[in-house]
Amino acid sequence: MTRNVLISGAIVIDPTGERRVDVRVSTEAGTVVDVADSLEATADDHHLDASGQVLCPGFVDLHTHLREPGKEEAETIETGSRAAAKGGYTAVVAMPNTDPTQDSVAVVEFVRQQGVRAGLCDVYPSGSITVGRRGTELTPFAELAQVGVKLFTDDGNGVQDPQLMRRALEYSKGLGVTMAQHCEVEQLTEGGVMHEGECCAHLGLPGWPALAEELMVHRDIELVRLTGAPAHFLHLSTARSVELVGAAKADGLQVTAEATPHHISLTDELLRSYSAIYKVNPPLRTIADVEAVREGLVDGTIDAIATDHAPHVKATKEQPLDQAPPGMVGLETALGVAIAHLAMPLADIVAALSWKPAAIAGLDELHGRPIAPGEPANLTVFDPGVEWEVAPALLASKSTNTPFVGVPLRGRTVHTLLAGQFTVESGEPTR
Amino acid sequence: MSRSLLSIEELGEVGVRRILDLADTMAEVNRRPNPKVPALRNKTVCSVFFEDSTRTRLSFETAAKRLSADTMTFAVSQSSLSKGESLRDTVESIGAMGVDAFVVRHRSAGAPWLIDSWMQASVVNAGDGWHAHPTQGLLDAYTVRTALNRPGGFDGLRVVMVGDIKHSRVARSTTAAFEALGAAVTWVAPTTLLPPAIDDSTRSSSDDLDAVLADGVDVVYLLRMQKERMTEALVPHLREYTMRFGLTPERAQRLEPQTLVMHPGPMNRGVEIAVDPAELQGAVITQQVTNGIAVRMAVLFDVLSPDADQEALS
Amino acid sequence: MTKRVLSPEDVRRAITRMAHEIVERNQGLDDVALVGVQTGGVWLAAALGAEIARIDADSCVPVGSIDASLYRDDIGIRPVSPAAVSELNADVEGARIVLVDDVLFTGRTVLAAMDALSDYGRPMAIQLAVMVDRGHRELPIRPDFVGKNLPTSTDENVAATPDGVTIT
Repeated sequence: MTRNVLISGAIVIDPTGERRVDVRVSTEAGTVVDVADSLEATADDHHLDASGQVLCPGFVDLHTHLREPGKEEAETIETGSRAAAKGGYTAVVAMPNTDPTQDSVAVVEFVRQQGVRAGLCDVYPSGSITVGRRGTELTPFAELAQVGVKLFTDDGNGVQDPQLMRRALEYSKGLGVTMAQHCEVEQLTEGGVMHEGECCAHLGLPGWPALAEELMVHRDIELVRLTGAPAHFLHLSTARSVELVGAAKADGLQVTAEATPHHISLTDELLRSYSAIYKVNPPLRTIADVEAVREGLVDGTIDAIATDHAPHVKATKEQPLDQAPPGMVGLETALGVAIAHLAMPLADIVAALSWKPAAIAGLDELHGRPIAPGEPANLTVFDPGVEWEVAPALLASKSTNTPFVGVPLRGRTVHTLLAGQFTVESGEPTR
Repeated sequence: MSRSLLSIEELGEVGVRRILDLADTMAEVNRRPNPKVPALRNKTVCSVFFEDSTRTRLSFETAAKRLSADTMTFAVSQSSLSKGESLRDTVESIGAMGVDAFVVRHRSAGAPWLIDSWMQASVVNAGDGWHAHPTQGLLDAYTVRTALNRPGGFDGLRVVMVGDIKHSRVARSTTAAFEALGAAVTWVAPTTLLPPAIDDSTRSSSDDLDAVLADGVDVVYLLRMQKERMTEALVPHLREYTMRFGLTPERAQRLEPQTLVMHPGPMNRGVEIAVDPAELQGAVITQQVTNGIAVRMAVLFDVLSPDADQEALS
Repeated sequence: MTKRVLSPEDVRRAITRMAHEIVERNQGLDDVALVGVQTGGVWLAAALGAEIARIDADSCVPVGSIDASLYRDDIGIRPVSPAAVSELNADVEGARIVLVDDVLFTGRTVLAAMDALSDYGRPMAIQLAVMVDRGHRELPIRPDFVGKNLPTSTDENVAATPDGVTIT
């Protein structure tokens, strides 16, 4: 292994701006060591010609389901990390709806150790808001914060009890952590398999009304106003949800939000195929909602793109809609979907994939950093113009439930470096 | 891939007319002392009913037998599905026994489409969740066509459909079939029993049955009102439902004698229909059942005969 | 390329001759019924019926039709759509049925028509009248009354109507 990696010819996009410079990384030190308009290659350099490509801080996913412990048949921390690396991610926040739930130090430590052992991506477990995600008792936030947990969510479900949510916000306030909400009022979505709208009425399927999300977004915004604690909104999917968050930010409230690649590109019309590949929570919505969510990313109301990568064993998705579990994989296609569907400067797209989520996740000491000497070398090199289509059989993820088959994608990761070492080189994982 | 019948929309107006014309031939067969023809004698038709329904299943099996097909029955309670076998494995093992057509009823919308994508055999949708029940739509259209002597189509015909539209696959398919032939269909129900997000520009609906009847109607179609809807807080009480939406003796009196009264069965007497149909001149409820056999014979014959354009290939 | 082999007058003369043959063969037309095979034989059955009524004014030979499409042996191989609803207008049981078709070729249509007929009852006898016998039989079926014997090749198409008989 050479001591350095020299990346030359790339456009470098980082929090400080956009420039064309050469960058040298020390594999040994795990940091960037040299940045200049032009760097000569030496014998110690593994030289990458990145002309026409973009070099940026590695992507950070706020919302990944790694399924381990509990559902290793769908994905493991190792296979999920590999999928993340292939997608250009150097860090993922692992969702806590594992079995057992990530509500104790033991489980959190296990997940983090598995991530270290796989060595393909930095895995940061999140904690649940309530023990077992049962919605009745609070998780020991301080204990988990001590071992590095920064985000807490009952994702998979929303916290239904407003009193409990208020307590969660109040209690966690001083701990430097953030509550993140999967907004869904369950009494309004009982049995729902797709967005409640005209398509749903026509197909005779039980619906998941937009109001079920918006009502909880509204509630939690008011709770933030009351308690002064910060909150993050997971996978926003409706126009009105985006409106509510925009108004809250205008009021100076400390709220952040994310949206998934599928909610900026796909609509409920896809459910006419009855294929459970398109079943997801919150569901795919109307074109008006899709456009509003895109707009939210463009104007910054929505801070980050987060995949909500949710692997499922193939047979479970080959069931009738009401029996199949919701969820889509997304780590490997996020960049391609974002560039193809967002009318946004590339630098803003990179921000939404990298340093903005890093800040929300409290990881910005290590990830989403400016590319400068001394900074940790968690980097991604991608080709912003290449057009491609996803082949489920070639995904690194153990599961293949991607909704993007046949959807044209633009932009693809070429190399990913974690602490100065390749996790993906020339499009292939290194282990 | 052979032909399947999954929904009225996919059948289209051309297909609906084709089936109804075929049903005339089948109805004649049914009038004979020995109502049987050898048309499907080399074929096997398997009923796969994941949801209980004796009458529809019997109707299909009778239809298959009258066309001399061999029949197989698969009813869920006796099956391995309760042992956790997946839908796909269940259907594929049955298919391995040599089935030409599956007649499928499932409580999940979309299940017949899934089965159709996995199997070479033809699939006939006998009802999926709240979504579609195309053979019901066809037999209802056939009943109106013959009772009102309207072989050309239903232009100008005014149909009122009353009841739990939201949860009714009959409502969706029968409405689609009537509209494919040119009828105007109005849905009447309390808002809680109408599908959400109805497009007013394409769908006429109302919660005032008396007002709609007063405007004049040619067909009144009553849907079954399930007692469970009360516990789900969709209607306060069945008595109130009958008062607002039931065919009471008083409302029946206000109908023109030639107005057809229809019901997919089984009837909840005293709820959606509070008169004796035997006393209603326009009631064609038993004809619907009789026609069901002819229509299902037509459907089975249609899906198991090759497409006219396939001839060009051979 | 279409070739006309029989003119409308030829067809008229053949109908008259066949009608006489039917009357002679079935002395006493009491139990006789004409049944045209849908769709091609319907016009001919009607024409024969009218001619018989002219020959024997007191007779009352019913004319009906039968659709054999549901009895064919090639369902599932070739597209088949029932042509029209059968309307026998006569009681098959114990009757002498004269099955009428426009063109006799392989014989399979006639076989199917006989199968169909037997589902209505047991006739005393079945006779077959056709305007054209074009040969190439695949079954042991022969007509009792023929308008014209016409040698053809299998790739030709023969049409027989009141306006004449043509080969294409």
